[in-house]
Amino acid sequence: MARDDVKTGYKYVGTRPNRPDGLDKVTGRARYGADFSLPGMLWAAVVRSPHAHARIVKIDASKALALEGVKAVVTRADLPTGLTGEDLNLQDNTLAGEKALYDGHAVAAVAATSQLLAQDAARLIEVTYEVLPHVTDVDAAMAPGAPVIRPGVADYSVPEGMHGNVARYMEFGHGDVEAGFAAADLVREHTYKTEATHQGYIEPHAAVGQLGEDGRGEMWVCTQGHWYIRRMSAAVLGIEAANLRVTPSEIGGGFGGKTTIFMEPLTLALSKKAGGRPVKLVMSRSEVLRATGPTASASMDVKIGMKKDGTITAGQVFFRMQGGAFPGMSPIGEALPCAFACYDIPALKHEAVEVIANRPKAAAYRAPGSPMAAFAVESMVDELCRELGLDPIEVRLKNGAKNGSKSSYGPVYNVIGLQETLEAAKAHPNYAIPLGPNQGRGVASGFWFNHGGETSVSLAVGEDGTATVMIGTPDIGGSRASIGLMVAETLGIPYEDVRVNVVETGALGVNEPTHGSRATFASGKAAVEAANQAIKEMCKRAAAEWEIDAEAVEWKDGAAHPAGPNAGKFPPMTIGEIGSKMGGSGGPISGHHEVTAGGYGASFGTHVVDVEVDPETGRTTVLRYLVVQDAGTAIHPAYVEGQYQGGAAQGIGWALNEEYVYGPDGRLQNPVFLDYRIPVASDLPMIDTVIVEVPNPGHPYGVRGVGETGITPPLPAIASAIAGATGARIRSLPCSPPKVLAAIKALKG
Amino acid sequence: MSKIHVTTTVNGDPVEFLADPRETLLDALRNHLDLTGTKEGCGTGDCGACSVTVDGTLVCSCLMLAAEANGKRVETIEGMAKEELHPLQRKFIEHAALQCGFCTPGILVAAKALLERNPDPTDTEVRYWLAGNLCRCTGYDKIIRAVQDAAAEMRQEHRGAA
Repeated sequence: MARDDVKTGYKYVGTRPNRPDGLDKVTGRARYGADFSLPGMLWAAVVRSPHAHARIVKIDASKALALEGVKAVVTRADLPTGLTGEDLNLQDNTLAGEKALYDGHAVAAVAATSQLLAQDAARLIEVTYEVLPHVTDVDAAMAPGAPVIRPGVADYSVPEGMHGNVARYMEFGHGDVEAGFAAADLVREHTYKTEATHQGYIEPHAAVGQLGEDGRGEMWVCTQGHWYIRRMSAAVLGIEAANLRVTPSEIGGGFGGKTTIFMEPLTLALSKKAGGRPVKLVMSRSEVLRATGPTASASMDVKIGMKKDGTITAGQVFFRMQGGAFPGMSPIGEALPCAFACYDIPALKHEAVEVIANRPKAAAYRAPGSPMAAFAVESMVDELCRELGLDPIEVRLKNGAKNGSKSSYGPVYNVIGLQETLEAAKAHPNYAIPLGPNQGRGVASGFWFNHGGETSVSLAVGEDGTATVMIGTPDIGGSRASIGLMVAETLGIPYEDVRVNVVETGALGVNEPTHGSRATFASGKAAVEAANQAIKEMCKRAAAEWEIDAEAVEWKDGAAHPAGPNAGKFPPMTIGEIGSKMGGSGGPISGHHEVTAGGYGASFGTHVVDVEVDPETGRTTVLRYLVVQDAGTAIHPAYVEGQYQGGAAQGIGWALNEEYVYGPDGRLQNPVFLDYRIPVASDLPMIDTVIVEVPNPGHPYGVRGVGETGITPPLPAIASAIAGATGARIRSLPCSPPKVLAAIKALKG
Repeated sequence: MSKIHVTTTVNGDPVEFLADPRETLLDALRNHLDLTGTKEGCGTGDCGACSVTVDGTLVCSCLMLAAEANGKRVETIEGMAKEELHPLQRKFIEHAALQCGFCTPGILVAAKALLERNPDPTDTEVRYWLAGNLCRCTGYDKIIRAVQDAAAEMRQEHRGAA
């Protein structure tokens, strides 16, 4: 039940006011990445490799540069050398060095006086390639004989004898898994696969960059984190980060994919070569799909033992995850801890390898690693439940993590809400609806850590008694509204009197991006602390005027009050009165808080889905969908529901339609929305939501963070519902009609 | 390449500009007329973020050449609100039917075109009409509710006026 339906002590937190940026966004006034322009601006275009793996023999830009209106061409030779580690990876991905490593890898960029001219010029840049053997599939990349893409990629963790494409290995666990399997009544072992999917934000990457010969520059860019963009762009170009001022635009979706750089430094490199004229670069959709962060693809072995009463005795996983041609981007470090995070199991063994392949450098995608892990483990739990005739919610209640459980990855859970989501799912009317022929029901739970991170927030009291809040986490899904509500609650002033702005890198200390479900949690927590600091100062000003001790003043309902009868009899002094006089009472009043925010609380959810499968075509229709998730506290319930619904829709797409399809030539075969098919309105039912609230003790209003867990359960829940409808278990996503049809036919033998 | 002189009407205002023969209506709106409310999400007619109406017909402006707009009447998101917001715009804010908001202009233009043809659509009709408008944030739930709520209000107003 949403907080606005229950009685709480809060006046603003838990209500559903209009978001501050709503008007701009329904009228077309909101400015996104590609909407920004400057006088004298040039346009850029990028030359990309058509080969999955090729040595770059020669780049000849003479014909392009001979065109009237073409101002600059940059290749890798224009970038500094000597970078190491992730900085070198970022530079290698911005512009290929000796080798192009995937279809779509940037090789050169050009700036000209119009977009069409820049595109014409890009076609005139002649690149000579020596095509090399390639590999794109995760299992094929580890097979004997697979070409080693980048010799020496393995770090210290990789055991001897593994394939040269293995970049990293990790393992952990507890208990005696062999004894656990021996104690089980049923042990099953299968391999599950998920294909790479793309975040699919509708706004392509876009930036306007300007860099002078003095090494000082500016950038306007759609990003989830402008301090990250600044640091990474400066590293790639060998300039000082402090000399680069980055302003975030409104952002047209990110889902993790806009936490890093792809082409942004090219605008600066071109600008510098073009005498400091600003340069605009907007990616096309096919560039977005070919060359920006998809997820990893995964191949996962799972073994689980269960007793007849549903007790899980042991679990074991081995994940192989491919995150493109660069090490560090395959989320094994998240997938393994997420695998059994919903359970309290006496014996577990986790192992994983990160594999590189000739694909684009993966980026974070909503709970990176967790959906794949959930597909493997939650599918397997469902298989065991069906074989033993057990209710999937009862089995999860029996084995599920609780307050004080030691998590599968080490830390002890403090206060968590998994059991509450399971109870709410069990009690929901959807769970009791009778199913018809060819229909099935699937259940799965999901987990995300949530995140705190580096956060800096300022707040200024206005002369009119309003408050302006400066945050550094770009607002993607309504966080300005939720942060405004928390500040209004803290100051005791109307929500409409609080204005929250996302400000540029010159206006605050370093902020991590809006990632890890942290914006409302961390920027909100810092904003509340900043408001408390302003309150303290306002109480001081009132005390000075009343000539009493500051400790004898308390703040409530937007005004300073004498604290108790001994403090004296004074009428309350409102924030408006204090603000109007602050110039004469000591100067402007503001609050500031900066912190690497701790106290974030784990997020759990449980989904229930009903599907109908057409036995003639194998097409799956989602009949009804229920998301139950613990929000901690829902600050703005409408946007919490929005996160649940949006996460579920992305998960449904991953389960049913979406996949990267590479041809034998190593080229991406579906780099357009017609062929990379994300769910459309007619594919989906209404998505029912239940907001469970088990407040997080690590946040002043109990916030956990709600962005990511919702994408996790749909993958296994839908595969399990299809198994219920057809008897056929799909262990390789997506559950596309041909695959489901073949599985049904195989059953009939 | 010589340019084409295009004279057209956008949101009721007469405008003219010089277009490259290869230039799309979308690029002309955004780059020549500074009407950046219409968005490019794909450039291939698959996402609907660039939806506008031309002589009352809903089109993807990325699939139409700028020169083809000569002598036509183009309506974009910037022309949707008159003195007050259109009921669809208001209901989208009230229902939290947008998150990032990038698809919102195209969806509003498309939904308005639907309600002009069918003032009382079923949920399924709304879903199929908007199937060409991709939204990656919302799962469409709140969008469908906002369109239906706006439709109900507009029917009420229409009855009141009759």
